[in-house]
Amino acid sequence: MTAGRPGRPASAMRRLGRASIIVASILFLCLFLVVPLASVFVEAFRQGAHAFVESIDQPEAMAAIRLTLLVAVITVPLNVVFGLAAAWAMTRFQFRGKALLGALIDLPLSVSPVVSGLLYVLMFGAQGWFGPWLATHGVKIIFAVPGLVLATIFITLPFVARELIPLMQAQGSEEEEVARVLGASGLQTFFRVTLPNIRWALLYGVLLCNARAMGEFGAVSVVSGHIRGLTTTMPLEVEMRYNEYNYVGAFAIASLLALLALLTLALKSALEWRYQAAENHR
Amino acid sequence: MTLALKRLSRHFPDIAALDDVSLDIAPGEFVALVGPSGSGKTTLLRILAGLDYPDEGSVTQNGQDFLAASARERNVGLVFQHYALFGHLTVRENVAFGLRVRPRRRRPSRDQIRVRVDELLKRVQLAELGNRYPSQLSGGQRQRVALARALAVEPDVLLLDEPFGALDAQVRTALRRWLRELHEELGLTTVFVTHDQEEALELADRIVVMNKGRIEQVGRPHEVYKDPETPFVCEFIGRTNRIALERRANTWGAGSWSLPAGASGGLFHSAVGYVRPEHLSLSVPEGQPAWEARLRHVYLAGSIAHLDIYVADIDQTLEVDVASEDLGRGALTPGAVLRVAPTRLVTFPLGDGPAGAPVLGERWIMRGPNSTS
Repeated sequence: MTAGRPGRPASAMRRLGRASIIVASILFLCLFLVVPLASVFVEAFRQGAHAFVESIDQPEAMAAIRLTLLVAVITVPLNVVFGLAAAWAMTRFQFRGKALLGALIDLPLSVSPVVSGLLYVLMFGAQGWFGPWLATHGVKIIFAVPGLVLATIFITLPFVARELIPLMQAQGSEEEEVARVLGASGLQTFFRVTLPNIRWALLYGVLLCNARAMGEFGAVSVVSGHIRGLTTTMPLEVEMRYNEYNYVGAFAIASLLALLALLTLALKSALEWRYQAAENHR
Repeated sequence: MTLALKRLSRHFPDIAALDDVSLDIAPGEFVALVGPSGSGKTTLLRILAGLDYPDEGSVTQNGQDFLAASARERNVGLVFQHYALFGHLTVRENVAFGLRVRPRRRRPSRDQIRVRVDELLKRVQLAELGNRYPSQLSGGQRQRVALARALAVEPDVLLLDEPFGALDAQVRTALRRWLRELHEELGLTTVFVTHDQEEALELADRIVVMNKGRIEQVGRPHEVYKDPETPFVCEFIGRTNRIALERRANTWGAGSWSLPAGASGGLFHSAVGYVRPEHLSLSVPEGQPAWEARLRHVYLAGSIAHLDIYVADIDQTLEVDVASEDLGRGALTPGAVLRVAPTRLVTFPLGDGPAGAPVLGERWIMRGPNSTS
């Protein structure tokens, strides 16, 4: 509150302005965020908890959940490795094409997910560049799990790297240099100096990466082929059930995804808080 | 443990950070690399630490190739301006780091490490703060932790990069004295980088003045202060007044002041003279050449006072230092009119070209009639 501060008389106009901005933003959030989110849960339980449980406890629903977890389990560690390597390269080395690497890391964020999916169809699909060769060797990528994983990796590529780059830039390399001069090996320097310094940002990146990997729709929709029980992830299963007028079933799975989002949000806030504490700690 | 640096050059895309630098560092010596930012002093330090490599030249340690050893193998201690302490480790863990990362067969036992850390913390006067985190310490304390951490591995050479740059004035002065004492106690070869010439003069056995990747002068602090070899050193080390001199028949002078030229600078028509603030006499007797100057400001700085005087004759404001206790004696109040003359000048002749660049290697020292030094 600045009302009582000298030199800034509290005018009624200013107070009114402030109140209306706050109210407007809260109303907007309620209308476009809270109400729809709540409606997901309301719809999921419209016919009671029993119907809810029943619509999830079905082979294709369980398969979708398993597939979604599988995709995330493969995607997230790969992106951690890539994110660390990219952030290291961007912040610790000088090389030609550094700006290009930076732009490429951001590319998946600027390309429409549907287009990203199509890129993979174009490369690995039956009529794609590598399609015939893959077909003769019996490798199926499009309309199969590998395609889903590839598309998800593409989409989630920037998340870890983008969390790490600004932090590692700000921290500089002096601590690592001191460690080296003190006799630490490359691995010792990484595990004892670099990793502890970036752990909260890394965790934060993993969280965002995971949320996106589980929730991605556009790109996986293109490469999935919608084969029930085999290539449908949770978001795809939601769409299929909805199209079949199975509203309770669709919203039941949607509510699981919404729960994941809420969980991510909570963890993210906790991490941000911890991260701030760690920053102040430095 | 003589370190011999020979003809080192290091080029970055837009500048030559080091340009043909040679220097010998004797065992136990305390050497300051001093110069403005971009003078190459930090690059030189990083090369000694093994964090950068020269494009040309060599560094040998008792005849052995020093550059062939990696940063890990050089056994040097390194301290940065912003401490670079490991924020997630306690003070003790920071100090122990260099011992703990050793390969198993060279690693001391836990007890040995504990004893060593205790000893070092006592030495840097932080015995009670071992379990704190760096964020809980003041700047001066952090820098002492950084120093203890560097000393823990028993380095052959200690390298300090602007070690006091981030500290406030009082802490800086105290830490400087303390570091000097520590050096005398341990006798460790120490190279430190600073842009603060006062710090270099106060601390070092020998100072190396650098500018644009080259060494301008190497010498003991008082030598460099008294006999600066280049115009750059005159202006960078200590405070000085720069006065344009012209040749008139048998004298060198500026405005109404002049000195007999004698044998010095016979070939030249113009020169620049550097006069230290303590080398301006404020009470030149009538009959001797002098400027008439008006005293503008008196800045009392403890035992000495800095005066600003304006010489209309050459349209220049000059700095003069006098002992504070002399202030009352000479009626030195703002507005007073004084007869002023340099008692000692370091003079560099200028070439005849339009740019009037100093002539390399030519320099002489002129003394006034009432000079005492």
